Amino acid sequence: MFVILAVILVGASLMVVAQRNPVYSALFLILAFLGLAGQFVLLQAQIIAVLQVLVYAGAIMVLFLFVVMLLNVRDRQAPEAKLRWQKLFGLILTIILFGLVAVTVAGEVRLGPQGEFTPQRLAELGNAQVFGKLLFTDFLFLFEATSVLLLVAMIGAMVLARRRPLGASSPPPAASSRAD
Amino acid sequence: MLDLAWLMLALPLLGVFLNLFVTGRMSERGIGWLASAVVGLALLVAVGAFLALLKLPPQQRHIELNVYTWIASGSLSAGFGLLVDQLSIIMALVVTGVGFIIHVYSIGYMHGDPGFRRYFVYLNLFIFSMLILVLANNFLLLFVGWEGVGLCSYLLIGFWYERKSAADAGKKAFIVNRVGDFGFLLAIFLIFALFGSLDFTTVFSKAPQLVQSGVVSGAAITAITLLLFVGATGKSAQLPLYVWLPDAMEGPTPVSALIHAATMVTAGVYMVVRTSALFALAPLSLTVVAGIGLATAFFAATMGLVQTDIKRVLAYSTVSQLGYMFLACGVGAFTAAIFHLMTHAFFKSLLFLGSGSVIHALGGEQDLRRMGGLFSKLRTTGITFWIGALAIAGIFPFAGFFSKDEILWETLQESLFLWAVAAFTAFLTALYMFRLIYLTFHGPSRVSAERAAHIHESPKVMTRPLVVLAVLSILGGFVGLPLIQGGNLFKSFLEPVLARAPLAHGAAAAEAGHAAIGFELFMMIVSLAIAVAGLVMARRFFLQRPELAQRAAEVNAWLYRLLCGKYFVDEAYDLLVVRPVKQLGTILWRGFDVLVIDGIANGAADLIRGASGALRRLQTGYVKSYAVTMVLGAMLLVLYFVMR
Amino acid sequence: MSFTVPLSWYLVLSAIVFSIGVAGVLLRRNALVIFMCIEIMLSGVNLSFIAFSRFLHSMSGQIFFFFVMTVAAAEVAVGLAIILTIFRSRESVDVDEVNLLRG
Repeated sequence: MFVILAVILVGASLMVVAQRNPVYSALFLILAFLGLAGQFVLLQAQIIAVLQVLVYAGAIMVLFLFVVMLLNVRDRQAPEAKLRWQKLFGLILTIILFGLVAVTVAGEVRLGPQGEFTPQRLAELGNAQVFGKLLFTDFLFLFEATSVLLLVAMIGAMVLARRRPLGASSPPPAASSRAD
Repeated sequence: MLDLAWLMLALPLLGVFLNLFVTGRMSERGIGWLASAVVGLALLVAVGAFLALLKLPPQQRHIELNVYTWIASGSLSAGFGLLVDQLSIIMALVVTGVGFIIHVYSIGYMHGDPGFRRYFVYLNLFIFSMLILVLANNFLLLFVGWEGVGLCSYLLIGFWYERKSAADAGKKAFIVNRVGDFGFLLAIFLIFALFGSLDFTTVFSKAPQLVQSGVVSGAAITAITLLLFVGATGKSAQLPLYVWLPDAMEGPTPVSALIHAATMVTAGVYMVVRTSALFALAPLSLTVVAGIGLATAFFAATMGLVQTDIKRVLAYSTVSQLGYMFLACGVGAFTAAIFHLMTHAFFKSLLFLGSGSVIHALGGEQDLRRMGGLFSKLRTTGITFWIGALAIAGIFPFAGFFSKDEILWETLQESLFLWAVAAFTAFLTALYMFRLIYLTFHGPSRVSAERAAHIHESPKVMTRPLVVLAVLSILGGFVGLPLIQGGNLFKSFLEPVLARAPLAHGAAAAEAGHAAIGFELFMMIVSLAIAVAGLVMARRFFLQRPELAQRAAEVNAWLYRLLCGKYFVDEAYDLLVVRPVKQLGTILWRGFDVLVIDGIANGAADLIRGASGALRRLQTGYVKSYAVTMVLGAMLLVLYFVMR
Repeated sequence: MSFTVPLSWYLVLSAIVFSIGVAGVLLRRNALVIFMCIEIMLSGVNLSFIAFSRFLHSMSGQIFFFFVMTVAAAEVAVGLAIILTIFRSRESVDVDEVNLLRG
């Protein structure tokens, strides 16, 4: 099971990067997220899996697709020598990074002290209950802080995406920010 | 009922918020009545608390309510706690009572002012701060209220901020008060350092033992009390910090009545009385308090004699009466001080509101030289003003007689000299008050023609408060009847809270008191005679033969000039304090600011310009290069963790 | 069930996913795709969070996932809005053409 889901995850991720058309990229990304959600189920984090599907694969990706369709752009073909070199460099960098991380984590991992939520206990209590209880007690303040963060982001996005900045008299943003 | 004491604070605060945020579209009438209603309700709560307190046996009349712990840091712990006892409930009654009357009066007085709503917000805020001040159970909270009323006073003096003189007066009041507050704050620090606590109860109960056992030296107590008194001189306009109060008359008249006569300026007296337990341990401080109080009373009275602005006369009179209260504190007669504080609140706010009514009738005229003969036209105002004047002059049976007589009597037992000056000041008080009356209400009219046509009695919403205050000014004194055994209800009510000063007359006077009842009666007649003499003299000089006053001024020309110039204290302050500070400022600006500060700023700018020129190359503007840099950074981090 | 899958497998998988994301960010020029790749990177990290949470018997990892997700949502909202504005003014979402900030 792990292997199947892992293959889906990696394959879909690769396709996201490889696809020319952003719409396909977005669709493959959804697939990747679904694979990830499957992994979460295997890890006994059902609530997280649900959240992953609902929020990531659902809400966020719809937003992505919406913008992609709205803009309707394709990668324009502009292969330059400089860009090729850049791509190569990027690829090498990535591989080095992966190598480093993989070497670090692949060996036997010594775990620190273990917490109280053993799989058995978790199965008894129910993952969602434990998660909710913690979120609204110990992490309540952080939870409220994130709500403020989301509100700010929402307002920020609305202000940025307006056709004209607040107040009709001031010039559109592009014209005013030109300074080379 | 006592548990509900916090409502007294909550109600005015509610008024502030309602008028600040909610009543934006309400009519003037609605705003004014709302603001008055919250204070009125607070008054009801205070009355209820008072009655509940009366039911308790005297020893238990001390209730502390801890609302919440405000600051807890190390050994410092300051709660937001209320203290309801005999002293604070009387102050609360005076504040809410007079406050309520003045709120109602203001509805008429401020009618049509563009800042109507703002005015009532400030006024409610003031009542709130003042109640915090009197109900606080520790020094820190007291200080909060202290600063709060200072702020409100500043805002209200400068209420008509478009007028430069008003804005300046507000600033002056604020800055002069700062000097006093500084002393107060130092005193609080000292108290905390010595006693380890800021709660009144703890400090006052600890103080006598600590001094006796020598843990805290007498000198330290003297220092604390003197510093406290510095704070009191600022707030209560005593020498040498009284200069702001006459200028504070730039504010609306009801404000002068409420803040600069009845309540806020008495905060200093209240504070001294509240800390009487400490003052009782420091005889030197008491002497200083008495001296300053007496000097203030005397000098302010002389200055009041020659003022031509109706409100300024009253302002100097307030300073003078506050001096009396401190004199009473200084001779250890704390009850007399609070008694006078209460009666003074009644008749001085009456006088101020009366003067406001006169000013209102004359369309803003404040100059005594352009008044006269108004009695027939402003009958209610005139009669109530007379009552107020008789009360402040100390004529039987009006309230001022009882309280002032008590102060004089206590002073006499302390020293003959103090009594003589205080008695002479009482004479001056009568003189300038009746001068004011005769110039305003009697004699030939000197009102300009176009103003004379518009003279009218004020609306009912303004005259009714005058009547109420007049009644209080008549009856207020009877709670403190002298002579009769057990007649002085006020004193026996307050006594348990206050420390008796360990002065000579403590026990001895009580013994001698009964024997000397005839003597006391005689002294009462003397003080009454003094007041009447002032009245008669004023009548002669300012009503019957005005040229006599003129002559007197010419004969003693230099004295007259000195008084008119208010002893040139403002000028002296300007020369000794304001100018040097300004010059210091200029020196700092020319030398230090230009060379050092600007040098640093410009140098820093040059440095950054050079550095940024070099760093600019790094900013390629390509997102890719930024991303690559980030990845490189991440790799370095991973490497670091792996290699470690 | 999958109890036999050791922690290190998950970590390696997480590293692979993360690296794919990095590669995408470095190779692609379409701002939208770059954004998606950032999401992939975040997913990789999330996977290791959950894996650690499972193997350490602690809920902190899952709580952390929740916050990462919220921040990601906020970031996507603002980021897409920015891309939208850029597209309006320049008719392109190619990040290499956006170089106004060059020093």
